[in-house]
Amino acid sequence: MHRTTITQARELLNSKKLSSVQLTEAVFARIDAVEDKVKAFTHLMREKAIEQAKAADVRISKGEEQPLLGVPIALKDLICTQGSRTTCASKILDQFVAPYNATVVNRLNAAGAVIVGKTNMDEFAMGSSNENSSHHATMNPWALDRVPGGSSGGSAAAVAAHECIAALGSDTGGSIRQPAGFCGVTGLKPTYGRVSRFGLVAFASSLDQIGPITKSVADAATLMNVIGGKDGQDSTSADVPLPDFTQALDQDIKGMKLGIPKEYFTGGMQPEVEKSVQEGIRTLESLGMQTVEVSLPHLDYAVAAYYIIASAEASTNLSRYDGVKYGYRSPKSDNLVNMYENTREEGFGEEVKRRIILGTFVLSSGYYDAYYLKGQQVRTLIKQDFENALEKCDVIAAPVTPYPAFKLGEKLDDPLQMYLADIYTISANLAGIPAMSIPCGFVGEENLPIGLQLMGKHFDETNLIAVGHKFQQATDFHTQQPPL
Amino acid sequence: MDMDIEHLAKLARLKLTDAEKELFSKQMGTVIKYIEKLSELDTKNVEPTAHVLGLNNVFRDDAVKKPLTVQDPINDSPAHSKGHYEVPKII
Repeated sequence: MHRTTITQARELLNSKKLSSVQLTEAVFARIDAVEDKVKAFTHLMREKAIEQAKAADVRISKGEEQPLLGVPIALKDLICTQGSRTTCASKILDQFVAPYNATVVNRLNAAGAVIVGKTNMDEFAMGSSNENSSHHATMNPWALDRVPGGSSGGSAAAVAAHECIAALGSDTGGSIRQPAGFCGVTGLKPTYGRVSRFGLVAFASSLDQIGPITKSVADAATLMNVIGGKDGQDSTSADVPLPDFTQALDQDIKGMKLGIPKEYFTGGMQPEVEKSVQEGIRTLESLGMQTVEVSLPHLDYAVAAYYIIASAEASTNLSRYDGVKYGYRSPKSDNLVNMYENTREEGFGEEVKRRIILGTFVLSSGYYDAYYLKGQQVRTLIKQDFENALEKCDVIAAPVTPYPAFKLGEKLDDPLQMYLADIYTISANLAGIPAMSIPCGFVGEENLPIGLQLMGKHFDETNLIAVGHKFQQATDFHTQQPPL
Repeated sequence: MDMDIEHLAKLARLKLTDAEKELFSKQMGTVIKYIEKLSELDTKNVEPTAHVLGLNNVFRDDAVKKPLTVQDPINDSPAHSKGHYEVPKII
C-alpha cells in the first residue's frame, strides 16, 4: 500500500477499499522497516498523522473526494509547522517550534492531507548532498553508500523509499530537481512566485521556491493544484490565474517544439548520463515532439552568478539568527556582542558559515559593484538567454546533473566541486522559470537513476506536466523500485 | 584577491576558530577565483536583475485579521520574562 502514488491512493480511498488510517499505518510500518538504512526524516509526527488520517476518513465517509484527502505527505524540515519542530537541519533551530503554519501547510491541511513528518536536508538548504545536516546524513535508497542529493535529499529519499506517498521540497539552485534525479523520482520547481514562500525558512529569497517531489508527474500536478496560487501573506507570490494542472495530463504534445540547448551537450556529462538523456529526448521525438537546437550562451557563468547572489541573500537572511528571538543561544556569553558571536559560531555548521562569509564579502564596501552588482547583471543575461531560447520552442530538455549520485564524503572537502554539481539546474532559478526532473534511465553496475530536466516559460508548468506525463506513459523508469 | 576573513567574520558576527579561518581562507580563495570569471563578460549596458517578476508596490486590503499574540513568538525566545526578550548586558 505504501508503494501507491497519490492517484492510486485516492482511488483506493474513494472506493473504500482502504482507509486513510490503514494507509498511514502502512506508511509508518514502511518507515519502521527502512528508515534505519535511509535516514530520510529529521522527526516523525506519528500521533498527529493518525489523528489527521482519522479526520480524513470521516470526511471521506461523508462523500468528500478532494485530491489529497487522507494521503500521507512528508515536508522538508524548513517548512514551518505550528506545534512541531522546524529545525532546518541546523543546531541553531534545533528546538524551534514555529508559532504558525506555512501557507502550503495550511493548504495541505485544508485539502485533508496527512503530514507524516519532516525530512532531512542540508542545513538551511545549503548543499547538494544532504551531508550538511546537524542531524545525520541521508542515504540514497538506490545505493546506501551514496548521497541522495540535496538539499531536499530527505524528501527525495523518502519518496523513493516509499516512506511517504509524496513530499514537498524547496529549490534555490536545484534542491528539488537534483535529489529527484539522484533518487529516481519526479521533482518540480515551479515558476518563482507560483507557490507562496510564507513560512518557508528563507535561504535566498529571490530564488527559493517550494515544489512537489513525487512518484509521478500526475502526482506533481495534483500537489500543484493544492499548493499553488496567490497568497496575501507573501507579497512575491504572483497574482496570476492558477490553472488546473491535472488538465495538462490530457494535453497532446504532438508537434510541440522541444529545445535542445547545445551548451548543455558539450562533453561535461559522464558519457552514460548523456546517453540516457539523449535517449529520453529521442523518446519525446517518438511521441511527436519536434526538436530544435537552441542556445543558452551564458550557461558557463551561471554557477558563479548564483553563488554571489545566493550567498549575498543568505548572509542577510541569516542575520536574524542572533540568539535573541528564537533558536539556540550560547551559554558562554557575558555581553551582547559575544553572545551573538558565540551563538552563531556554535549554532551554524561549516557550509553555512562559508556562505555567510562569501555573502558578506560580495556585499561589503569596495566589492559590491565588482561582485554583487556584476552577478545581478549576469543574471539578466541568463534570463534573456532563456527568453530567447523559449521563443523558438515550447519546452527545453536538458540533463539534471553531470553524473549520477556520488558517494558519501566524496565531495565534502571541496566546496567548489560541490557547487559545480548544480551546474545544469542553477540557471532556472536565476531566470525564475519552472523546471522539472523526471527519471529517464539507469546507469552503471549499481543501476543508479538519471534525470531528464524539462524547463519552460514563466508560469508554464502545464507544458512541463504535459510533456513529462506523456514521457511517463511511454516509459517505466519512474515505476522502478530501489533494492531496499 | 585576498579576503580578510577576520574582518568579514566580525561584520557577520561570527567568531571563527583559528582552524576555520585557515580553512575558509584557502577554500574562499578558490571560490573567489572561480566567480571572477564573470569579469570576462562585458555588462556595461546590462541592467541588474534583483527579482525576476519585476514586482513593485504590492498592496493588500487593510483588513483586520486575528494576529499572533505578543506571547506566541516570545515563547520561542531562549530567554524571556514578562513578555520581553532578555539579553546579556549591552554596555
